[in-house]
Amino acid sequence: MHATGTEAVGVSASASEAVDRAAAGDAGGAILPAIRWSLVRDLRIALRSRAELGVQLLFYVIVVTLFPLATTPERNLLLTMGPGVLWVAALLASLLSLPRLFAGDYADGTLEQIALSPHPLPALVAGKILAHWLTTGLPVVVLAPLLGLQYGMPGDALLVLTVALLLGTPILSLLGAIGAALTLGLRAGGSLLALLVLPLYIPVLIFGAGSVDMWRAGLAVAGNFSLLGAGLLLAIVGAPFAAASAVRIAMD
Amino acid sequence: MAINWYKYSSPAAFYPLAGRLIPWFGWSAALLTAIGLVVGLGIAPTDFQQGEAYRIIFIHVPAAWMSMFLYLVMAFWGAMALGFNTRLSAMMAQSIAPTGALMTFIALWTGSLWGRPTWGTYWAWDARMTSELILLFLYLGVIALRNAIDDPRRADRACAVLSLVGAINVPIIYYSVKWWNTLHQGSSVSLTAAPKMAAIMLTGMLIMSVAAWFYSIAVSLYRVRAIIVERERDAAWVNALPEVRAT
Repeated sequence: MHATGTEAVGVSASASEAVDRAAAGDAGGAILPAIRWSLVRDLRIALRSRAELGVQLLFYVIVVTLFPLATTPERNLLLTMGPGVLWVAALLASLLSLPRLFAGDYADGTLEQIALSPHPLPALVAGKILAHWLTTGLPVVVLAPLLGLQYGMPGDALLVLTVALLLGTPILSLLGAIGAALTLGLRAGGSLLALLVLPLYIPVLIFGAGSVDMWRAGLAVAGNFSLLGAGLLLAIVGAPFAAASAVRIAMD
Repeated sequence: MAINWYKYSSPAAFYPLAGRLIPWFGWSAALLTAIGLVVGLGIAPTDFQQGEAYRIIFIHVPAAWMSMFLYLVMAFWGAMALGFNTRLSAMMAQSIAPTGALMTFIALWTGSLWGRPTWGTYWAWDARMTSELILLFLYLGVIALRNAIDDPRRADRACAVLSLVGAINVPIIYYSVKWWNTLHQGSSVSLTAAPKMAAIMLTGMLIMSVAAWFYSIAVSLYRVRAIIVERERDAAWVNALPEVRAT
């Protein structure tokens, strides 16, 4: 946490630099640089607190490990439950990591500077969301096949699971960003965030976990992937704007 | 004669109008409920398949319709509040949320009471029941977010964003749950192939639906009046009200 504290000063300086550069350049072409700037910045901050990222990943692994202990190591049952357990754990891991998205910047005032910059706020927020997914969603996707093996899932099922997670976890970060921005600075932040965000995650859970079930039933999984992809596109188009307006609401 | 609708976007102008409308909607709701219950419980014949248990639809179906309709109305007022930055729209959205949650809860409760004699279980993971439960979570999320934010203006706009995101998600949730349900359960429990309903049953149900609608309007208006007085308590016109001065 103290690492981000010292970081904030440097960040504010570089934020104002970016503002100056944007004022000099044309405003229309500022979207991609804005995304890149906040992406690079958030990635740098995340990589400086690698231990925190590791702990979140461990949470995911532990939750997945708990289910066989709570039920039975019986192979067929694990095979049935496996995709669902991995998906629920991915949802919880995403939920747990959501406060990182804005809370630190909100606490030290960086978010206010970001909101004041002439760059489009949705683009800056989109960069933050992308960085959040790269540091919390992508590791979950990479780890999923390994944990799937614990549940005795065969190779093709692991592939289906991984592709579904690859399409689905960005949606979790995008939708979650809206909830994270809405609950900025509130007392009951964490549990309230769960109440706001988890119901919105349900379609992703159903189509994501459902794709492995479809595969097991011998049906085509392309439909599920298409739906997840459509959801991803919809979320990419809509969520940064909703999250940006939520950030502005929190700043008032 | 053109009516200036914008006049009533001011809480000071809307407060007395709401006060005049409440008795009309309230008494109409009471009268229609009485008629609807007589039709539903007395006149409508016993269903040959479900026996007397089916009569719960006279409460259940209106509550379920209202639960979905009120969410859209709430999201609509939220959009108005965001778009025009009007206080009254946000107050309307705030006043509708508890009634919507209540209707959702009644729909779930009566649904499970109906399910026990008909399906033999209080709860089935039927698509409609599951999405109704998720709708209840969405309502509770909006209410909880409202309660967590101290600044009412921030709460207005945050709840508006949340209810709009929720409104976009409601159909997606419904179809995803429906699809999940067909994949996992087959057609062991089928509600969609509803038997043809006798005209008198339909009449009773429609009367009860209008009654539920009028009740929701009356209660929302009553609640919005309380919200107006609470939030405009520093305004001179509120302090000049006889009901405020009496206390």
